[in-house]
Amino acid sequence: MELRKQEERNISPGVPDEWFVRKVQNQSEAEAVVRPSLSYWKDSWYRLLKNKLAMSGMAFLVLLALFAIFGPIISPHSVETQKLTLQNLPPSSEFWFGTDDLGRDVFTRTAYGARISLFVGLVAALIDFIIGVVYGGISGYKGGKTDNLMMRFVEILYGLPYLLVVILVMVVIGPGLTTIILALSITGWVGMARIVRGQVLQIKNYEFVLASKTFGTKTARIIRKNLLPNTMGPIIVQMTLTIPSAIFAEAFLSFIGLGIQAPHASWGVMANDGLSTILSGYWWRLFFPTLFISLTMFAFNVLGDGLQDALDPKLRR
Amino acid sequence: MNTYFIKRFIAMIITLWLIITGTFFLMHSVPGSPFNEERTTNEAIQKNLEAYYHLDEPLLVQYGNYLTALLHLDLGPSIKKSSQTVNEMLGRGFPVSFELGFYTLILAVISGITLGIIAALRHNGVIDYLSMSIAVLGISIPNFVMATFLIEQLAVNFPIFPVATWTSPKHMVLPTLALATGPMAIIARLTRTSMLEVLTQDYIRTAKAKGLSPVKIVFKHALRNALLPVVTVLGSLAASILTGTFVIEKIFAIPGMGKYFVDSINNRDFPVIMGTTVFYSAILILMLFLVDLAYGVLDPRIKLHKKEAK
Repeated sequence: MELRKQEERNISPGVPDEWFVRKVQNQSEAEAVVRPSLSYWKDSWYRLLKNKLAMSGMAFLVLLALFAIFGPIISPHSVETQKLTLQNLPPSSEFWFGTDDLGRDVFTRTAYGARISLFVGLVAALIDFIIGVVYGGISGYKGGKTDNLMMRFVEILYGLPYLLVVILVMVVIGPGLTTIILALSITGWVGMARIVRGQVLQIKNYEFVLASKTFGTKTARIIRKNLLPNTMGPIIVQMTLTIPSAIFAEAFLSFIGLGIQAPHASWGVMANDGLSTILSGYWWRLFFPTLFISLTMFAFNVLGDGLQDALDPKLRR
Repeated sequence: MNTYFIKRFIAMIITLWLIITGTFFLMHSVPGSPFNEERTTNEAIQKNLEAYYHLDEPLLVQYGNYLTALLHLDLGPSIKKSSQTVNEMLGRGFPVSFELGFYTLILAVISGITLGIIAALRHNGVIDYLSMSIAVLGISIPNFVMATFLIEQLAVNFPIFPVATWTSPKHMVLPTLALATGPMAIIARLTRTSMLEVLTQDYIRTAKAKGLSPVKIVFKHALRNALLPVVTVLGSLAASILTGTFVIEKIFAIPGMGKYFVDSINNRDFPVIMGTTVFYSAILILMLFLVDLAYGVLDPRIKLHKKEAK
């Protein structure tokens, strides 16, 4: 009997009772948090910092932005000047990326193309963001019949083949930088609207929104202060992934001759020019623009993936 | 199921009608007639031409005519290539484009799923990182860049495959490869994610506990459910393959529909642009519709849910 009791008390055999010492605890400090609390954004930022691939993507994009801003300035050659005596020169200390069939400097043109690509990508993403957030926000927040009607419209637009619509618009209003952005925005916002609507639909039923409502907060303020900050994660990810698809669309359109027009440089235009000389061995004319398109899209894609993992750790695998 | 089918069918028709209407009015809002270009034609000739193509009638009458013709599956004549109709052009180009698109889809689905499964089974291993790096690269490299790269390496530097045209199986290798990389990468990533999710499910553990062989567990139990998300993207993948054919057919000089489309854009041949757009949209909407139906058939949970909702 005595032995049994002893055994019960001694949970782990071999460890004498004397080893267990009751920790003297100040009751008032018992609830103190051990680790300093991190805000959602800080936490996500630290997670992103750990993702080497995403960080190298980000580093590349910073360099690309610098290249786009300062490239044409530091280069001694202009984008459009044609010198027919300097046709198709290979890369050298004078022409860092070589020259094309009209004697134009490929380095300057690539940097200029970076400007166009980044501009198209960023502006298209910004427009998608504005329209998508407003449309999706209203649709999700109102719910019911309004939501149903607004989402029907979105479904119809969603069924349209994106590039086909863009091509059609380009045919009608004619090629150029502004028309590309316009054409990309016509159907581009649909994906963003769907994401925002889904998020808002879910969050608007949470208690803190209800609490806010009971205090008599106005709808606009609820959307701005309660709903949007909590949908920001997926929105940022969506924007990061919109940019490469806009850049691709611009390059694609310019490649088939519907985008940026002749004297201006765009990676798509340069790739198309370079392709026609592929048999002549002027590899630099094709290599640099296609390398930059691919690297840029790669950087945006890995950054978007990294952000997705960082902002929504539940999804992480 | 039947009411759902009918509802989706009606929605499909409405979408198609909207596309036709939108395309029609967009194309007719372009200023100027297709005939007043570089060379000035005699005014009488121009009148006759416009009358021949019914361009002198009010817009709404033209719209009505176009819709009636469409109901008879008549897409109208080409303006720039006289004596040819859009139907004839599509009849010649579509089989080629279909062949290219079909091979591409098959290649993308098979290789994408294989890559995804391997990556999921070796989760966080070297093979996983390797195949996912390949996948992100595949998504990042535009199809026309891929095409130029393949031509440069496998046709110019090492002349293994011919550069252009569409005559023998050997000619089909490079275009199909160039077009398939992107969709393959998307499928691989999707398969991996959903496979990883499925592999943690209870029924997989049960299957393991029953002592089934790993092959059987993966192919009979896991893959079936893991493939559902892949089915949902098939519609939009078909769209990207389709738009991809424009540029791939242009690069490889393949006499398909995409080449006619790009040519008609450069020639401003509006009936052909219109007809091709309508035809493309019809195919895509039909694809989305079929994918939706297939999804309902493949996943019984969805059908149940629909019934409960009613």
